[in-house]
Amino acid sequence: MNTKVTIAGVTFKNPVMTASGTFGSGMEYSDFVDLNRLGAVVTKGVANVPWPGNPTPRVAETYGGMLNAIGLQNPGIDVFVERDIPFLRQYDTRIIVNVCGKTVDDYLEVVERLSDQPVDMLEINVSCPNVKEGAIAFGQEAGCLYDITSRIKNRAKQPVIMKLSPNVTDITEMAKAAEAAGADALSLINTITGMKIDIHRRRFALANKTGGLSGPAIKPVAVRMVYQAAHAVKIPIIGMGGIANAEDAVEFLLAGASAVAVGAMNFANPYATAEIVEGIEAYMMRYGVENVADLTGAVVE
Amino acid sequence: MGSQNVRRKKVKAVVVSQKQIADQIYDMWLETELAQDAGAGQFVAVYPHDASTLLPRPISICEVDRKAGRLRLVYRIAGKGTAEFASYGSGDTADVLGVLGNGFPIERVTGRRVVIMGGGIGIPPMLELAKELDADKHILLGYRDRDLFLQDDMARYGEVYIATEDGSVGVRGNVMDALRVHELSADVIMACGPMPMLRAIKQYAQQQGIEAYISLEERMACGVGACLGCVCRTKNVDAHSHVNNARICTEGPVFDAGEVDI
Repeated sequence: MNTKVTIAGVTFKNPVMTASGTFGSGMEYSDFVDLNRLGAVVTKGVANVPWPGNPTPRVAETYGGMLNAIGLQNPGIDVFVERDIPFLRQYDTRIIVNVCGKTVDDYLEVVERLSDQPVDMLEINVSCPNVKEGAIAFGQEAGCLYDITSRIKNRAKQPVIMKLSPNVTDITEMAKAAEAAGADALSLINTITGMKIDIHRRRFALANKTGGLSGPAIKPVAVRMVYQAAHAVKIPIIGMGGIANAEDAVEFLLAGASAVAVGAMNFANPYATAEIVEGIEAYMMRYGVENVADLTGAVVE
Repeated sequence: MGSQNVRRKKVKAVVVSQKQIADQIYDMWLETELAQDAGAGQFVAVYPHDASTLLPRPISICEVDRKAGRLRLVYRIAGKGTAEFASYGSGDTADVLGVLGNGFPIERVTGRRVVIMGGGIGIPPMLELAKELDADKHILLGYRDRDLFLQDDMARYGEVYIATEDGSVGVRGNVMDALRVHELSADVIMACGPMPMLRAIKQYAQQQGIEAYISLEERMACGVGACLGCVCRTKNVDAHSHVNNARICTEGPVFDAGEVDI
């Protein structure tokens, strides 16, 4: 049985990754999960300088999901390079660094800073719904997405994954723009913009008023978008959005993803990623699947 | 002082007993290995079984019985998750993540005059603190009305002074009013309760030039320091975040009042 997948020339021991922002830089979950078991750790977004993030409350639970408006709080690339990369290097797993910024130059600064670092891939966050500048602004208009993707590709030493927002009219337009600009892979979906109001206090549940919805509640939307994007582009896709167990993960693979990422469910079950790795193996055994890569896009039309 | 140098884990705890002790307030004893590592001011996070409620609920540890391997949680029904916990009977299991956070600095205050203050659902964690502290203890408890809870348990560990908002028992007002009326002085204050109470304590401690340790609360998602949902503003740049934010679940929930901007 072969659980390896290859994306943009990088081989992963299995297709299970962590979704950015839900797993820190791995340290916080190393009490629960043997990081050596994971295909990759995708880090919390990192910017050129430290960001304080949004006021609290930053999180709110919703039916089968949650809203967050953390606002990309991060310690900045210097601390990240000194502390988080050496931590992750102790493990036999791939390192994908999620990069965020307010301007294109911010992104480029981080990308260049990482160029000589032992990092396997870069994931560019052009889809965070919770910051006022940058981020999602680059990911909601095909022209802007094309521009930032090509500028990053010009400088990046590692393969580039563009992380797409579901908060668009047509996901295939964005997928095609990123591919045309040279993106090596896509990851989707980021969170869906949502809102919650506390009717007793007549207040917004989040200080930011709006937040990104994640968790099992968004899974059907995510599966649909992965399927659409997979039919629109030739580059590989990392699928995510509400994956709670191995069955969900396989669903994303069948829809067209080459790998999957586990996000909010880490909060509901800190062992989720490792259990999904095992569950995919069990699925392969049960159905006699020799290569996990054969599952990608294998839904019967 | 309980702290996080022990490995955190998610376990199945067995409910030993459960009873309602005041309006919406429940008292649950759990049998769990987590008791061995638990200390005053730390907390656990309990996962509802209902899959539509995704996130674990952070609940402070009210009492620890290390010998029997038991934890006592006294909590208020605040929504679907805690309503589910209140339905558990003895023999049921609860999914518990722990032990989380850093507790009160107990050794630091040994032998000194410590005023322990608890307000409302901030009272439960003060019981284990009162039990563990080897100091000259004075305990101030603030309630909304005569629907008191844990006051008898507290009385075993120090003199208890009560304040109620409606004046039905003890001093009318809050714990700070009780402190003044009873003319109590302190070398150190340790407190948990609503934010206005904690702000008043911080201000009082600064005016008096005394130490104060306060336990903070915030909406949490992961409970283990990954999601950055539960931060509070800090006076100095935090060593982990490198901004003026500390994670309540990990650096807290107990902070030196002078170090947080509340």
